[in-house]
Amino acid sequence: MADDEIILADLSDDELVLQMHDDLYDGLKEEIEDGVNILIKRGWTPYDVLTRALVAGMTIVGNDFRDGILFVPEVLLSANAMKSGMFILKPLLVETGAPRMGKMVIGTVKGDIHDIGKNLVAMMMEGAGFEVLDLGINNSVEKYLDALEAEKPDILGMSALLTTTMPYMKVVIDTMKEKGLRDDYIVLVGGAPLNEEFGRAIGADAYCRDAAVAVETAKAWVARKHNQLSA
Amino acid sequence: MPPDDATLSDAGLPAIGSGRILLIACGALAHEILALKRLNDWTHLDLQCLPANLHLWPDRIPAAVEQAVASHRAGYDDIFIVYADCGTGGLLQAKCAELGVQMIEGPHCYSFFEGNAAFAAKADDEFTAFYLTDFLVRQFDAFVWRPMGLDRHPELREMYFGNYTKLIYQAQTDDPALDAKAMDCAHRLNLAYQRRFTGYGDLATALTQVAAAPAAP
Repeated sequence: MADDEIILADLSDDELVLQMHDDLYDGLKEEIEDGVNILIKRGWTPYDVLTRALVAGMTIVGNDFRDGILFVPEVLLSANAMKSGMFILKPLLVETGAPRMGKMVIGTVKGDIHDIGKNLVAMMMEGAGFEVLDLGINNSVEKYLDALEAEKPDILGMSALLTTTMPYMKVVIDTMKEKGLRDDYIVLVGGAPLNEEFGRAIGADAYCRDAAVAVETAKAWVARKHNQLSA
Repeated sequence: MPPDDATLSDAGLPAIGSGRILLIACGALAHEILALKRLNDWTHLDLQCLPANLHLWPDRIPAAVEQAVASHRAGYDDIFIVYADCGTGGLLQAKCAELGVQMIEGPHCYSFFEGNAAFAAKADDEFTAFYLTDFLVRQFDAFVWRPMGLDRHPELREMYFGNYTKLIYQAQTDDPALDAKAMDCAHRLNLAYQRRFTGYGDLATALTQVAAAPAAP
């Protein structure tokens, strides 16, 4: 054992949380699993572990990605580490309960197989307390509409990486309009070649440039929707 | 003599300063454009290439093109942009319209090398294909392997390429060495391999039209 090796179990709660932020940043999957298990054994609620250790750590990663300090490979390693922590927490969250922010159906559009960004958004939305149904890749308008009908989510999220596939988002939104469903859902769109202008042009509620923005946008729109309903 | 690929990736290629029409192109297209110039004796076309590695940050392409146009507009009768949309989500097209310059049609070079119409017709069958051109085969490590971190973290391969089924090498030239290298790229990505000769496709058509434009009176 190296002299400077950190024993997670020997750290105080605050030190451990900070260390977990570092370990998430460095994409250390096993250390994150260990940290989650230690905090749970110490009596932390799964919700606190999720928000204070994992989501807070991943927020630092997201900020540094946005600012050009971290790049995609590092973010993916961090995401893998967070995913492994969430794998432990998910059943515990179901048992113990946690605040629910709302429900989202998300998927990559037809003709597009790219899902890295979409997966990050889904994970961060789950971390923020949203129930997420991930439709995966290559989704037709029918598949989106079937999921909306079956799941009755608050939010529909669509992702595309290609200039050639991003117009399909408009096909979905136009079909929702035709069927009189558009105003029943918050529609968020994202993907590398998109921008705010495109989001507005196709009739989405918002374009989200990254996972952190997606979470904040979703929270704000869901709160607005609830306020409207209670007004 | 054309510059080496590493220079084209990082620095691009400066214009010579002769010719009445300037092509402002992606460095990844330098060899092909210079070959077409030689083949057709287009001495009235000059070429400036921006660094090919701009493709790692597509949002920077419109500003780089704008700067290049501004630098050279006074020295030429006309300027033509040899970039497709290249992941800019329509922003490059909007920038070119704002600047009053034309650009080559298509979503990306994979499309115009194949021929935009032919590429679009195959989209339903080939959307799980990962494409490489001659340049990208030669520069696979610099443009794919290292930027994606696969040299340091090969475990990420599944996250990046798990949904792809095959690698299609769109060959602009007949070069057995590139074919072998492309096959090795497919092997490294754990994808099936297919070689398809495209030649210069719509690039040749577009540049022929540019070259045929009459001189300003």
